[in-house]
Amino acid sequence: MSWWTPQVEATLFAMFQAVVILLAVVLAGALLSMFERRLLALWQDRHGPNRVGPLGLFQIVADMLKIFFKEDWIPPFADRTFFVLAPGIAMASLLLSFMVIPITPGWGIADLNIGILFFFAMAGINVYAVLFAGWASSNKYALLGALRASAQTLSYEVFMGLALMGIVAMTGSFNMRDIVNAQEGFWNVIPQFFGFCTFVVAAIAVTHRHPFDQPEAEQELADGYHVEYSGMKWGMFFVGEYVGIVLVSALLVTLFFGGWHGPLLPPIVWFLLKTGFFVLLFVLLRAALPRPRYDKVMSFGWKVCLPLTLINLLVTGAVILLIDPAA
Amino acid sequence: MEVAFYLSALVAVAATFRVITSTHPVHALLYLIVSLIGVAMVFFALGAPFAGALEIIVYAGAIMVLFVFVVMMLNLGESAVEQERAWLAPTLWRGPAVLAGVLLLVMLVTLVGGDFDGIISGETLTAKMVGITLFGPYMVVVELAAMLLLAALVAASHLGRSDAQGEADLARERQRERAEVTASRNTAPVPEETPLTDGAEQPTGRGGSA
Repeated sequence: MSWWTPQVEATLFAMFQAVVILLAVVLAGALLSMFERRLLALWQDRHGPNRVGPLGLFQIVADMLKIFFKEDWIPPFADRTFFVLAPGIAMASLLLSFMVIPITPGWGIADLNIGILFFFAMAGINVYAVLFAGWASSNKYALLGALRASAQTLSYEVFMGLALMGIVAMTGSFNMRDIVNAQEGFWNVIPQFFGFCTFVVAAIAVTHRHPFDQPEAEQELADGYHVEYSGMKWGMFFVGEYVGIVLVSALLVTLFFGGWHGPLLPPIVWFLLKTGFFVLLFVLLRAALPRPRYDKVMSFGWKVCLPLTLINLLVTGAVILLIDPAA
Repeated sequence: MEVAFYLSALVAVAATFRVITSTHPVHALLYLIVSLIGVAMVFFALGAPFAGALEIIVYAGAIMVLFVFVVMMLNLGESAVEQERAWLAPTLWRGPAVLAGVLLLVMLVTLVGGDFDGIISGETLTAKMVGITLFGPYMVVVELAAMLLLAALVAASHLGRSDAQGEADLARERQRERAEVTASRNTAPVPEETPLTDGAEQPTGRGGSA
């Protein structure tokens, strides 16, 4: 066994970790589509899908079978390259972002020293999924949805980055693992409360979740950018949205709520519990809030959230200099 | 890292070539995005991950989105493709291509002849080092760039304002002019007067509601 060196073992373990995290995220995204419907029904005093299997748990199997066996239809008037490329970008950019999230002290795929910036880069690439899907469909509703999506995402990405710069300044690093380690016993949400508020708003807007689902807006745009999609291509947008929710929940936990830190329970349990809590919060938001008008969404982003993040960043910088002028 | 550098540089050059030769505007933009990501990879390979990440966030993630946005709004069809094809006629690009080729030759000779070894090293530049450099020796440049951007912001905000005050002034002025015209013609009324006032009224009404 001369080839079984510690290096080979480390490489194999890293690959195993990556595959497990990938599968867990995709499965969580798929399962979430069913759990969300059940939870929405619970909060809105309805039954929801409760027929297939015990408590409707096998509904997801039925849904997935349906998505897989639907005809994979590409409209003859669509631009084929972009039409096929868009769902791939939607799914891949979000899944790649999980690379920088540290799950526990021993688990996590990549330990990049530009961790947060990598997430921003992937979020920036993710805009193209909606943009290309809307344009390639050659459909007015799809194009309108894509235009709204790109304007909304660009506006909200501006202060999504700025909202996290307070944390970066406090920690002195873009590395996610350093940020989690710096929060032992004192979570970032306390000093960076305004950063937390604006980041939550921006995260919902960037994943186009309710109440910021302007690009989809069933009632006025008939599902917006993916109106021409069917089968598994549509399924990738659909699962991609839930992967996005899991991603922003995991990011909130990592950046503001101490990551794996917590008393008594093992780190992995704390991480999963906290992430699950934020996923529930996003579903509750969808159940509780109506969709605001499009221009209100835009002016809220530019006139409320952006100044708030800038003031937050300014105050954070001043306090850091006041406490420790040498740093 | 040298393999990564040459591969991503090759991708960037090939993609940029396709940006120029592609006749479909949106396809050309897709190649431009790939080219920018290739350049970001070059930065990564050279040990500047901060610059690489910023390249993707700022150029590929924000500026190119606006490019795609505008081109999508233009609704370019077959005529645009035809026009592109006409512009790519060999007679048009032969001259500049020869001149650019001479410049490339000069650069290659300089690179081969000069001693430029050791540029692709494993040394990684961190964000902190970039920040210290920017706000140390290059302080004045950063501040000047900030002022330039502020001026651009003010100009854009001026061009894009809804102009409620200006429109109102314009409307009042037009009304006064019209009143003067009516007063001067009162002695000898002309039948064309009514449609003329209607025509003059319409733009002000639309401007007020916009």
